[in-house]
Amino acid sequence: MQVLANPRRFLGLANAILPWVWAATAIAFAAGLYLALIASPPDYQQGETVRIMYVHVPAASLSLAIYVLMALASAIAIIFRHPLADVAARAAAPIGATYCALALITGSLWGKPMWGTWWVWDARLTSMFVLLLLYLGYISVWQAIDDQRRAAAIARIVALVGVINVPIVKFSVEWWNSLHQPASILRAEGPAIDPSILWPLAIMALAYGLLFLSLHLTAIRNAVWSQKLKAEHLKGVSAR
Amino acid sequence: MIRALAAILRRDLVLGFRQGGGAAAALSFILAVLVMVPLAIGPDQNLLQRLAPGIMWLTLLLAVLLTAERIFQQDYEDGTIDALVSSPYPLELLVCCKAIAHWLGTGLPLALLSPFLALMLNIRESSIPVLLAAMILGSLSLSLLASIGGALTAGLRRGGLLVNLLILPLYVPVVVFGVSASLAETTPQGPAPSLLVLVAVALLSLAIQPLASAAALRAYLR
Repeated sequence: MQVLANPRRFLGLANAILPWVWAATAIAFAAGLYLALIASPPDYQQGETVRIMYVHVPAASLSLAIYVLMALASAIAIIFRHPLADVAARAAAPIGATYCALALITGSLWGKPMWGTWWVWDARLTSMFVLLLLYLGYISVWQAIDDQRRAAAIARIVALVGVINVPIVKFSVEWWNSLHQPASILRAEGPAIDPSILWPLAIMALAYGLLFLSLHLTAIRNAVWSQKLKAEHLKGVSAR
Repeated sequence: MIRALAAILRRDLVLGFRQGGGAAAALSFILAVLVMVPLAIGPDQNLLQRLAPGIMWLTLLLAVLLTAERIFQQDYEDGTIDALVSSPYPLELLVCCKAIAHWLGTGLPLALLSPFLALMLNIRESSIPVLLAAMILGSLSLSLLASIGGALTAGLRRGGLLVNLLILPLYVPVVVFGVSASLAETTPQGPAPSLLVLVAVALLSLAIQPLASAAALRAYLR
């Protein structure tokens, strides 16, 4: 991690692996979507509608994981003062927010035929909506504060205070009577899904993760480049 | 150090009551809402009674949120924050004291008045003790969380927009369990579980608020 603290070394690494990561993302999505939409069996109760799960579940899990990543990056920024930690957290937020919104929207589309309602204020849905609000709040902190160093300090606190929502989302279906179904994969008794559905789900999750990695590295790279541009611009201004 | 904390408490309480801010402003807002809500719902008294706890919590929440930004905004403008940060006492303790002062000046008076205010909403008399207990606990959490928001946005020009977006997610558990305590009268366990969760939320807020607010204030003075 300290190795990557040097922006130039990070750029070198990012430039080297980014094409491969994009390629892996494309392959994973191709394989995952084929398995999910065509090759996997329909559910015995829900029929073909179950295929929304392959889009909904990875988006939801990843949005949770990305928030944890943001909080971790903020903690690293506070403790180790790693120069790229704030950049990493800031870059991850829009991607996580989009995944969260995607999960909410696809969940709503799935809920109408399955539960008969677009939305219900149960624990899981409410806490996921709160997660979206936390993401939007984090992004708007960076927009609202002009001084970037102050914005970074405030944003770190916002990310860390909000991380308490993540276990609430995860365990909401256990702690409350929720319309949303309880955990089927990460349980003490092991996964409760048949492998023919579990594997496409896992590959879609991998695809979403690789997409996040590609976008994230690209965003951090852009941020480092724009910092360099600003520095060059200032150098040019002061040289005149 | 006790004298420093007492000084902060007295200063904030006096300022709050003197300028017509704090409890008075929040109270006027609540009265306005409580007059309008029965008119907006219509003549159905049963409906009003069922909605009474929720409406009370909503108005308490909005009233605390309204006064939230003022906690640190004025201090930022007149330089009190500089004095607090550079004082020899731990900043965490000082900001916790400010938040408690806000609670004593705004949240707690509103909570204690809530039984009388709820009568305007035709609340059942049997629900009033639970409502009072829940409001006292909830108002503590609301004041503490609001002061986190106030510290995070002190000195921002458009801070009001941001405060609501940042604090609202943290308010959700308080409102959810506050209302569920009032609605739990008819269940076998009663309101005790919800009230205990409110205690937990209040303790958690008490633990987090000093750290978050102090870090936020230091960020503004770097």
